[in-house]
Amino acid sequence: MNTNETTASMKRHMGMKAASRISNTIIHIILVLISIVWLIPFICIVIQSFRVEPTSMSRYLLNHPSIQFNWGFDNYVNLWKSDFPRWYLNTFIIAIVVAVVQTIIVLCMSYTLSRFRFKMRKPMMQFMLILGMFPGMLAMIILYQVLKDIGLAGTNAIPGLILVYCASSGMGYYVSKGFFDTIPKSLDEAARVDGATRAQVLFKIILPLAKPIVIYTVLTAFMGPWGDFVFAKYVSGVTPSAYNVAVGLQSWLATDTMTNNYYTMFCAGGVVVAIPVVILFMCLQRYYVEGVTGGAVKG
Amino acid sequence: MYKKKIVPGVVKTVLGAILMGVSWLVAAVLVPKIKKSILTPYTYGEEGFWIWAIITAIIVIGAIVLLYIGIREMVSTAQYNKKVVQSGSYVKAKERSSVAIALSNAGKGIAKFFVGIGKGIADLVTTFIHGDWKTKISYFVMGFGNITRGQVLRGLLFLLLEIVFIVYMVIPRGGGYWLSMLPSLGKVAPNPHGAYNEVLDQWVATPGDQSFRILLYGVLTIFFIIAVVYTWYVNIKQNKIAESIIRSGKKLKSGKDDLRSLVDDQFYKTLLALPTVGILLFTVMPIIFMILVAFTNYSSINDGINNGLFHWVGFENFKTMFSWDVGGVNYSATFGEILLWTLIWAVFATFTNYFLGILVAMMINKKGIHLKKVWRTILIMTIAIPQFISLLYISKMFSLNGLVNGFLIDLGIIQPADAINFLGGNNPVLARVMVILINIWIGIPYLMLIATGILMNIPADLYESAKIDGASGWKQFSKITLPYMLFITGPYLLTSFTGNMNNFNVIYLLTGGGPTNPAASGAAGNVGYTDLLITWLFKITQTGTAQDGSQYYLASVIGILVFIVVGVISLVVYSVLPSVKNEEDFQ
Repeated sequence: MNTNETTASMKRHMGMKAASRISNTIIHIILVLISIVWLIPFICIVIQSFRVEPTSMSRYLLNHPSIQFNWGFDNYVNLWKSDFPRWYLNTFIIAIVVAVVQTIIVLCMSYTLSRFRFKMRKPMMQFMLILGMFPGMLAMIILYQVLKDIGLAGTNAIPGLILVYCASSGMGYYVSKGFFDTIPKSLDEAARVDGATRAQVLFKIILPLAKPIVIYTVLTAFMGPWGDFVFAKYVSGVTPSAYNVAVGLQSWLATDTMTNNYYTMFCAGGVVVAIPVVILFMCLQRYYVEGVTGGAVKG
Repeated sequence: MYKKKIVPGVVKTVLGAILMGVSWLVAAVLVPKIKKSILTPYTYGEEGFWIWAIITAIIVIGAIVLLYIGIREMVSTAQYNKKVVQSGSYVKAKERSSVAIALSNAGKGIAKFFVGIGKGIADLVTTFIHGDWKTKISYFVMGFGNITRGQVLRGLLFLLLEIVFIVYMVIPRGGGYWLSMLPSLGKVAPNPHGAYNEVLDQWVATPGDQSFRILLYGVLTIFFIIAVVYTWYVNIKQNKIAESIIRSGKKLKSGKDDLRSLVDDQFYKTLLALPTVGILLFTVMPIIFMILVAFTNYSSINDGINNGLFHWVGFENFKTMFSWDVGGVNYSATFGEILLWTLIWAVFATFTNYFLGILVAMMINKKGIHLKKVWRTILIMTIAIPQFISLLYISKMFSLNGLVNGFLIDLGIIQPADAINFLGGNNPVLARVMVILINIWIGIPYLMLIATGILMNIPADLYESAKIDGASGWKQFSKITLPYMLFITGPYLLTSFTGNMNNFNVIYLLTGGGPTNPAASGAAGNVGYTDLLITWLFKITQTGTAQDGSQYYLASVIGILVFIVVGVISLVVYSVLPSVKNEEDFQ
């Protein structure tokens, strides 16, 4: 009887093992398919960036005789000769400044809302929650006019963009506030008992502990300007020298005639833009994941 | 023990009634279409008809269910209350619908605000009567009391603010001018061609009154006045406190103490100063301005800087947005259609990503799966690469002569003449489905990351005991994983829903809102089938007719309506969510 039970359970065990092997194989296949789908656009963009022809005509995958397909670095060379380096520099400057200032502002805001209990705290948080429900697009028209009024639109779009990105960044405090909330308050209190001022508590105790969230904030603040399209387009207007990469590259694809002349150059530009961001992101991935998961869990 | 319940079904009933109204609105949009499709069987725009009909049906059913539940709850509570009252022993009720609580909290807040102002005024009067002469002079010269009592730093700051304020209000084109012009928004229009100047013997541009600046600086002046009045109040309160401190024989804080407390007790003031000013000037002010614009006729033709004035028009623009026929344009129908698509899009975009993301995360995390890191990294690439590159590239991949069509042609699946215009052709359903599919491609990696983090936190013994009880994989998922995920990510789901409602980038960079919707051709902004409210708003500010220019006022109306929709959804969902925890619990 005893042996019977064991064999039965063993059989069941074996059956389960076989079942899980089959399901694992299926999952592996699915994952490979997913990876292909997710990678195709990136692979294509890299391949196309090394084409000599400018058009998007694409019946070359199966080596169609009617479409020429030649390899070459022409796009990258042309990229260097075009406005692109200027756009790249613009975006880089914006990203660096915004990364620094926005991080400082967000950390101030979130640390304060996490640690201090003052009368206006709750109303402030609720007010910002409500503010966040207004479509930001709405503010753009007026911000553009104001920037134009103080001479920070058009040719001077770069400082204007930096000003706007930084000024409203206090709204994005949620994720890092959630992080500060997880640092035990008893640490602060112990230091306060030892005679540290609030400022000393922040700089000597909390900030060293908050390294992951600081890196997360810097990373997201740095990545933001590379992708910002609408507002940058609005503010820079028709001045190509004030474009950022997103607006500039989009202008190459804006119309069909453009598509035929700049398509592969757009691909090359995309690759050049993506490389540093991807490298930075991959290096700091751990912190990003921490920030995103933490932020979502704490809402 | 026996509690008399405050009738809980009221809010649900009211919501049901409102939904009923909404369904009538939708039906009203449909009726002309039905008529049209009966009269001329193949008119354009009817293919969307069945979708709308189904949605209307769903809304009607939802409304009926809500009404039913609400009324039943009301009836049963009434009966319960009757019993409790009859039994003669009831405690004051505390149970109320969460929506009602949220509303009543808002009401209480407003009431508290006014009571606070009343108390403040009473306080001012009594302080003036009982205060000494230093305090009394401080009513007119801010900071006088502080200076004479030895708090020179504070006093000087108060005084400086008062001087700045008075100077600002008096100078020409200063606060006084902006405020006085606010009701009319300007009388003399700016003239770019100018008037003849006899002294200079040439034409000189006349700036005139500039409505745009009047509205902008008028609002800023009001901000400033409020700030000054509040500071004035603080100044008097400080006098009162100082008097009582001196009377009790203690020492007042010196300027040095003040500065010290800014890095210690009141460190929060230092930290918040910069962010708050930034938010006030660059977020609050534009929003207030744009809300006001919805009540004017501000457009690119009457831009109030170079050409012409704009003025207040009351609720005219809202009337336009909700009317069936303004100069042959049915804005109401257009708005209804776009709102419905926005909601459908938000539902699909949020929940497809959510469930597929969890699924992918579970597949990667499953025991016995190799190369976990590789799969994860491949997906994360999508996050790292700036969205505009991938979105623009994908939109070109699916264009008429893009990669996908080329591939299909080369494989002989379609003929070159039949190339499919996935995103811009005259097939709205295809474009909409494509947008949702491509959004899955963008959204899954984020959800995969989030879900991975949460899945690892689910206590493993839950699964162990479920296995021992013989629960199947699906049972484990639906009874353990999903409820846990939903509980934890409830607030995230809400924010991602509202975020998707305003997901400008995906729609604008993929389709630009197209394919064009000919049924809405009369409306401003070149409406397309995949346009969300937010892209419509943007397109209105970008395109305009020669006659009306870019109708910024309509864009503002849409912005306000978006706010209302998002606000109502958030309020309702927040009050229903179980996981809106007390934030102090974390610490």
